[in-house]
Amino acid sequence: MKRKISLTLIMSMVLVLLVTSAVGANAKTNPIYQKVAAEKEVILATTTSTQDSGLLDYMLPTFEKRFNVKVKVIAVGTGQAIQLGKDKNADVVLVHSRKAEDEFVRDGFGHKAHDVMYNQFLIVGPKNDPANIKSAKSAADAFKKIAGSNSKFISRGDDSGTHKKELSILSKAGIKPEGKWYVSAGQGMGETLRMGEEMGAYVLTDEATYLTNKTGLINLSPTDKDLFNPYGIIQVTGTKKPHTANELIWFFISPEGQSMINQFGRNQYGKNLFVPDAKRR
Amino acid sequence: MIEVFQNPDVMAVIMLSLQVSTSAVLIGMLIGIPIGAMIGLYSFPGRKLVISLIYTMMGFPPVLIGVVVYLLLSRQGILGEWELLFTPTAMIIAQIVLVTPIITGLTLSAVYAKEKIFSETVQTLGGNRFHIIWELIKESRKGIWASVATAYGRAISEVGAVMLVGGNIEGHTRVMTTAIILETRKGNFEIGLVLGLVLLFISFVMNSFLMLGMLRGMQNGGKG
Repeated sequence: MKRKISLTLIMSMVLVLLVTSAVGANAKTNPIYQKVAAEKEVILATTTSTQDSGLLDYMLPTFEKRFNVKVKVIAVGTGQAIQLGKDKNADVVLVHSRKAEDEFVRDGFGHKAHDVMYNQFLIVGPKNDPANIKSAKSAADAFKKIAGSNSKFISRGDDSGTHKKELSILSKAGIKPEGKWYVSAGQGMGETLRMGEEMGAYVLTDEATYLTNKTGLINLSPTDKDLFNPYGIIQVTGTKKPHTANELIWFFISPEGQSMINQFGRNQYGKNLFVPDAKRR
Repeated sequence: MIEVFQNPDVMAVIMLSLQVSTSAVLIGMLIGIPIGAMIGLYSFPGRKLVISLIYTMMGFPPVLIGVVVYLLLSRQGILGEWELLFTPTAMIIAQIVLVTPIITGLTLSAVYAKEKIFSETVQTLGGNRFHIIWELIKESRKGIWASVATAYGRAISEVGAVMLVGGNIEGHTRVMTTAIILETRKGNFEIGLVLGLVLLFISFVMNSFLMLGMLRGMQNGGKG
């Protein structure tokens, strides 16, 4: 048994070595490289969370150097990122709203959709936890407690992936997003967190932005699969940069890109901000 | 286009824009016009320094005003107890800081231009100080009106400071400029464009008043 394992290990190592050396040898002669370099640049429309967390600054230089190409990042809400793709103002979208992504592909605006990674949404709030959501059984239950105790909740209110997630939890809980307790900020995640700190309110945030933005709010989330936050990457149909778009998607879902995602944030925050889970849809 | 205006939220946003900027400009006038007139009229030690300070403040980046007001009103700030951050009042405060130097500086220039002609009359009249200043303000009203129109245009089209201190809260601190940013981010370019046109229309109306005032002035034999 032991021998079998070590044999497989050695075999796979040899295989990896062979493949990597082949790539190295082909780097200059491979026509794909020339095609990508000829396209010069690619526009990636993504959400503020991937940009603000620093993930893209960590990953993209590797890609840009390898292919001698520039990746222009437009970091906006998921709603606008999808719209940029629909208007063909972007070549690749990297977003986190499964429903909107599926519609995007279904209506013929994009293809080659892949799961890339995931992290958690968190419900964060003031240290004294006036609505006592620490004792909540689920995300929906936590929202019921906030609305019922007349504490304040600050919503992104900007059609972002986080905002869409919040609305789906609210409808599950049977609560209308209105009333004195509900504040719609219409701003990005970082600004909304700071507003929550100032007003002593609860906020639904993605984990990455929460860890990278130091506020006085603490994590009070219940364990609930409703708070799962998957990211997807999609090529825009009809892009003028098909080769670069294709290579960029491959870069994110390749073993190399996946291990970079897995490493990201460990040194600074003691844990990785995103969990890689590449999968073709 | 029409259905955008039938949306009560859009009307509320437009009204709040007008309320915030009008309040800020009115208060800015109360502070800026008298001070500008005084500095334009009387010389005192350090006058040059004060004038250059006012002119510097005229070009103050609105976003920086926003940051400063934010820090003052924030919970950890000096005025934290007032709990004004993310309220329309905070936006008015930021816009007062924005428009007062503009009104002061342009009033100063207008009064200073008239002051040379006026000084002889002042000496013969003797009259009380306030009466003189009042006459002078009436005499330079064209320039002063221009300063108010300029200030109003700057205030209503400003976005950085009101976003920071107001927070763009729906139904509470959302104004035209912050709504344009938000709707564009959502991908609703149409609403963004319509609101932008409303902004343009308002500055056009302000400037038309200004032009009419100028025309009237010309008809009065250039005395205005």
